[in-house]
Amino acid sequence: MDLSFGPEYEDFRQEVRQFLRKNIDKSPHNARMRSPEALDWQKLLIEHGYTARTIPQAYGGFGAQPDIIQSRIIAEEFAQARANPGLGGQGISMLVPTLLEMGSEEQKQTFIPPTIRGEMVWCQGYSEPGAGSDLASLTTSAVLDGDEWVVNGQKIWTSTAHLADWIFCLVRTEPDAPKHQGISFLLFKMDTPGIEVKPLVDMTGVANFNETFFTDVRVPKDQIVGARGQGWQVANAILGHERDSLGNPNATLTRLNALIELMHTETVNGERMIDNPVYRDRLMRLQGRVMAMRFNDLRVLSSRINKGQDASLARMIVKLQGTELRHDLEGMAIDIMGEVGLSYEDNPYTRNGGSWQNQYMFFLGLIIGGGTSQIQKNIISERGLDMPKEPKYPAPQKS
Amino acid sequence: MRFGLSEEQVLLTDNINRFLSDQVDLQQVRTYADGGDDAQVWQGLAELGVSALLVPEDHGGIGLTPLDAALVAESLGYHVTPGPYLASAVMVPTILAEAAADYAQPLAQLAAGELRVGIAFSEALGARADGGISVVDGVINGKSLFAFDDAADAYLVADASQQIYWVDAGDVQTEKLTTVDKSRRVVALAYDNTPAKPVSDNAEVFAKAVDIGRVILAADTLGAAQAMLDQAVAYAKQRQQFNRPIASFQAVKHMCAEMAAELEPCRAMVWFAAHALAELPDEARVTACHTKAHVAEVGKFVAKTATEVHGGMGFTDLLGLHYWFKRIGANRQWLGSPELIREQAARLQGLGQ
Repeated sequence: MDLSFGPEYEDFRQEVRQFLRKNIDKSPHNARMRSPEALDWQKLLIEHGYTARTIPQAYGGFGAQPDIIQSRIIAEEFAQARANPGLGGQGISMLVPTLLEMGSEEQKQTFIPPTIRGEMVWCQGYSEPGAGSDLASLTTSAVLDGDEWVVNGQKIWTSTAHLADWIFCLVRTEPDAPKHQGISFLLFKMDTPGIEVKPLVDMTGVANFNETFFTDVRVPKDQIVGARGQGWQVANAILGHERDSLGNPNATLTRLNALIELMHTETVNGERMIDNPVYRDRLMRLQGRVMAMRFNDLRVLSSRINKGQDASLARMIVKLQGTELRHDLEGMAIDIMGEVGLSYEDNPYTRNGGSWQNQYMFFLGLIIGGGTSQIQKNIISERGLDMPKEPKYPAPQKS
Repeated sequence: MRFGLSEEQVLLTDNINRFLSDQVDLQQVRTYADGGDDAQVWQGLAELGVSALLVPEDHGGIGLTPLDAALVAESLGYHVTPGPYLASAVMVPTILAEAAADYAQPLAQLAAGELRVGIAFSEALGARADGGISVVDGVINGKSLFAFDDAADAYLVADASQQIYWVDAGDVQTEKLTTVDKSRRVVALAYDNTPAKPVSDNAEVFAKAVDIGRVILAADTLGAAQAMLDQAVAYAKQRQQFNRPIASFQAVKHMCAEMAAELEPCRAMVWFAAHALAELPDEARVTACHTKAHVAEVGKFVAKTATEVHGGMGFTDLLGLHYWFKRIGANRQWLGSPELIREQAARLQGLGQ
């Protein structure tokens, strides 16, 4: 057991701190996508290797060897300094790693550099109204016509579709193949004729998502990642990336500290909420759960840098436990405030900018999105505990 | 950075687990529960070094760390092993090693497994009606409830001011207290002008013993809960209903997944808490409190859910699953129930008035 990162990493931490001290003024707050401040900051971060750190220089990245501890230190220091960590989004977090693994050389050179610079914005076309947890049953079709794919169908939950330049999209190209083997992974421009984007307002009151409709959308034949029918494998390489990032215990710790602060300022009948033993016990229960997830996270991190440590089950449960915990935590803050906790949007009595209600609902969305809690439990029981799959319901007869 | 077990620690637990798998099967637990004794099991464990783990090397011990002790506790919990481990091998050596007077001889005897010293801390941690002691001029009067265990040669008794005294078992009247947990036995100690030798008047010595005791109980629960989960999964795979193993029903799979999802982080938590006792003094006490309380909550959930996965069989004595259920229930109350410990955690952080 050795919880220190060692002297060489402490030097690295000092480097990051120094960079932040010198440049924190340039860190944009709430900058819009593609705004000059956001793009300049992104460029500066790439130059210093604080984002796109392990992307090869040939594709516009910093080109460092992967080092999980360095990445962790960068994340910690940026969070500590409340500095903008650089651009995220599905292009950078999901498509770029996929292209690095499965893309052709030409695709890497064409798409990765502008994507990591923030100049090329992507949305993800996976889920459909009829294909959610059972994603592989998707029906959006692409039929080859000469040198072009002709795409027809509908996607849902396409966040940033209204702002994106491009989409990476799962389509059915082999209708007669078994469902997992009939899918292909296409890339195409969002201004292609035949694409219609309709905003989808969610329970938070904001259109975080869209519905996206395709009618005879023509896509050049070579804009496919991997081979025809290989799209399922391509997509699965990145679903793992997404689950890892949901339910991060360090972000939860930040929120727990904000909750503790809130309990010192909120009062009922003149009594501070932290002095009320019932609420205090509830807080302590949450603190215990956050602690368990933080130590679980240390174990997972350790297993990634030390050979021979198996933490696969510890890793498998993070999305399920982390999102449920966060939802409970945000919900407790609302209970702390009582009726005041209902305040929303322009209500002058909101606390912390109304973030508690917003995050309470948003995390319910994350419990469902990225593989629902029920799908997570299937994965944990089947892959973690080696329990059998539910017998398949027979597929409907084709008429 | 390495958050995990060393090769030596893996080897240690392998050895203990092999011994327990051979020697402490369910029949052995039943024999003890029916009134048998644990002397042979404890002797076997002592030969593997379990009794000497935390005794300093210059007192004939091995001088290992609280993390090693927690790993052993996890194995003992997994096998619902009878024996005085919590007191004789963990809390008592922790206290005696820091005591003002010289306890070289009892430490050496504890290390060799030749001496059993129990603990009577309930009056100091959360006195209930019917108990209560007073110590005046080296003489103790009153009653300690739920002292652990029944076969001790002597007890370390703590009073309300958290001073600790040594009392020989031969000088007190012991009254057997039956509890639901038949894998370990507790007694009431009645004192009548009984000689009580001061061991420590330092509240920090008492607190440290409680810290490590709580982490050890959490580790024991972790092991016992893991055993229940393993048994539930195995049973579900083998039990057939509606022409298929019940393990293929999502209702059953999700119960098992929920147990695993709650329990797996407890492993990291127990490791961290045990590590903190030796290496992270600023975090150790709050972490020990939270670990004891959180693992107790998860343990309770697993104990209930794993029993339900077994259906009616889980409720019977035939499978013996209830020994784990009750062990987890006992660990939850010993050295402070979750609400009391969480309140202590809040106070330690200066939260609330």
